[in-house]
Amino acid sequence: MGVVQGDQMVLNIGPQHPSTHGVLRLKVATDGEIVSDIVPVIGYLHRCFEKHCENSTYEQVIPFTDRCDYIASMNNNFGYVVAMEDLMEIKVPERVEYIRVIMAELNRIASHLLALGVYGLDVGAFTPFLYMFRDRERILDIFELTCGARLLYNYMWVGGVSHDLPVGFVETVYNFLDYFEPKVQEYNDILTYNKIFIERTADVGVLLPEVAISFGVSGPNLRGSGVKWDIRKEEPYSIYERFDFDVPIGQGLVGTTGDCWDRFHVRMLEMIESTKIIRQALKDIPTNGDVHQALPKKIRPPKGSIYRRTESPRGDLGYYIISDGSPQPYRLKMRSPAFTALSVLNEISRGWMLSDVIAVLGSLDIVLGEIDR
Amino acid sequence: MTVDQLIDWFPISATWPGLTFLLAVLICAVPVFLFIAVYALVVIYGELKISSFMQDKVGPMGQGVGLHAWRWGLLQPIADALKLILKEDIIPAAADKKLFILAPFIVFIGAFIAFSALPFSQTLIIADMNIGVFYILAVSSLGVIGLIMAGWSSNNKWSLYGAMRSAAQIISYEIPVALSIIAVIMLTSTMSMQGIIQYQSGLIWGFLPNWLIFNNPFTFVAFFIFFISGIAECNRTPFDIPEAESELVAGAFTEYSGMRYAFFFLSEYANMFVVAGVAATAFLGGWQSPIPGLFNSPAWGLWWFMSKTMFLIFVMIWFRWTFPRLRVDQLMSVCWKGFTPIALVNIFGVGIWYLTLG
Repeated sequence: MGVVQGDQMVLNIGPQHPSTHGVLRLKVATDGEIVSDIVPVIGYLHRCFEKHCENSTYEQVIPFTDRCDYIASMNNNFGYVVAMEDLMEIKVPERVEYIRVIMAELNRIASHLLALGVYGLDVGAFTPFLYMFRDRERILDIFELTCGARLLYNYMWVGGVSHDLPVGFVETVYNFLDYFEPKVQEYNDILTYNKIFIERTADVGVLLPEVAISFGVSGPNLRGSGVKWDIRKEEPYSIYERFDFDVPIGQGLVGTTGDCWDRFHVRMLEMIESTKIIRQALKDIPTNGDVHQALPKKIRPPKGSIYRRTESPRGDLGYYIISDGSPQPYRLKMRSPAFTALSVLNEISRGWMLSDVIAVLGSLDIVLGEIDR
Repeated sequence: MTVDQLIDWFPISATWPGLTFLLAVLICAVPVFLFIAVYALVVIYGELKISSFMQDKVGPMGQGVGLHAWRWGLLQPIADALKLILKEDIIPAAADKKLFILAPFIVFIGAFIAFSALPFSQTLIIADMNIGVFYILAVSSLGVIGLIMAGWSSNNKWSLYGAMRSAAQIISYEIPVALSIIAVIMLTSTMSMQGIIQYQSGLIWGFLPNWLIFNNPFTFVAFFIFFISGIAECNRTPFDIPEAESELVAGAFTEYSGMRYAFFFLSEYANMFVVAGVAATAFLGGWQSPIPGLFNSPAWGLWWFMSKTMFLIFVMIWFRWTFPRLRVDQLMSVCWKGFTPIALVNIFGVGIWYLTLG
């Protein structure tokens, strides 16, 4: 049977569209339902953050990092302060390290909950979205308890954190973990192993490991393709080498390794790993200690530059900081994991249907704030 | 009460037959329209509350001021309807104006006129035609013309996508629907809706009501084929690809606002009632009581018909808030590779069962 070749129709998905996860515009060339080419047009959320940073002091950069990946602000703070502390060769107190790890992992769970819930929405399941937002809310409550903010925390400072843990924090987090761990089974029941969900996501948008590596894809997207790569294990920063946790990878349980379902499932498993890390950290955290002890009076790093990367929920988040010895960075560059994830979209969803493009885009879990910065 | 009885009852029927006919039709049509409007409000409220229950939230609870403030949020659907009526009615500059205006009504008429053959009780049916089921199947696919008109006239790519998808979907799913109804007609040997229900009186297997779903294994399967294909014809989740919100924004309805959009909304709910009503009639005994011989008066008949229909509508709502959405090619393969062959085999099965055991 021959293939009918019709005229191509160019369809604009976005910037105002329900499932572009922000203000992204996709220029999609379609032949009927089949998509032959996708050109992502970015920049609608460009706020000149990197340029702003050059005119701000090092302390003032932290709120900008919050606003890059606004779904995982703690992890973005974390990456920046780790880079700054290495540049200035500051050693932070033990308690601060534990607080930071707990916050980063809680934020990782919150971020994955949002990614998974919204992915359910992308393939048409509304209810799991609300289940996951209900549980994400509890994490935001913990953050609010700690630093007063629910989305943009400005919590981790160079050499410390802005507030010490509130009274009863450890019990609150234990309560949350006890509540949360059984919920993962609920998500699996309603969404992960749903027949229709598997039909929609298995074998769709297969990201081969070599393609993923050549595009620089990282984080859960890379691990979904079966590559065991996690900065927390490969280049341990902070105190991550003390914790015992696995790096889940996609195994093609219901389809091909590296399909949308694998990327989804890896995030689900990572949430469980994060709860393990949090439990260990809560057990070992020093009960008292000044969280501002190492806070420098004035941040004026020595001349030089540093590139330090950390594992954000979206992958390999790097900060490149050049210091000229003044209180303001000479240049600050972020390596955005979501940007590389978006760049692979055309490669893996070409030839699929319009609905699949939305499914693949959702499975890559991009945040436009981080792509455009 | 049927339209024929009404015509006979009018004293002027001999002198002005045309006028009498018009009056009788109006007398039937206005209550049906009101019924659809009230029923839609009830189901919208039900959908809000059922989805809230499933999603661990409370739904409309009557806070704030104005219409929302009433007890348990009961007036929420009325507030929604008022909002839709009061909203600005926008017709895009590039739209084909005539078709754009006409489309919502055609979609609605398809659902609306199907009500005339639905047997609400022993005596409450507008017209008990001898081709009742056939008539409903025929007119309920009229809506697809309206959807294509809406998609085409909006001059919007999303609308066009939605319209083409719904055309393919509704026409494809007509086939399993019709084939599963044929299995019923073979047993009842009538297409009249009342005739089909009368066939289902008494007991079967000694303890079950003689509803067609229990009649034999093949009609049992036919019920599920009919009901699921019916959901697909209503464009409800998991078959809501024509208006797939996360892909097509709102499909064929993208450019519609205000009252015109409300009409699409109303027809969706009216269609759900028609599908559930036909399923209840053809497979669940219509107005027959589940305990044969008891509660069989016409008033109880209305109760049984409505409760069976409402239960099936509840199942549709339940589906909607549980399942993700299928892809368009998967939807087609379910229809052509799954339902249609099974429904065909079913017809032979019913025939063989009827000849050997019936």
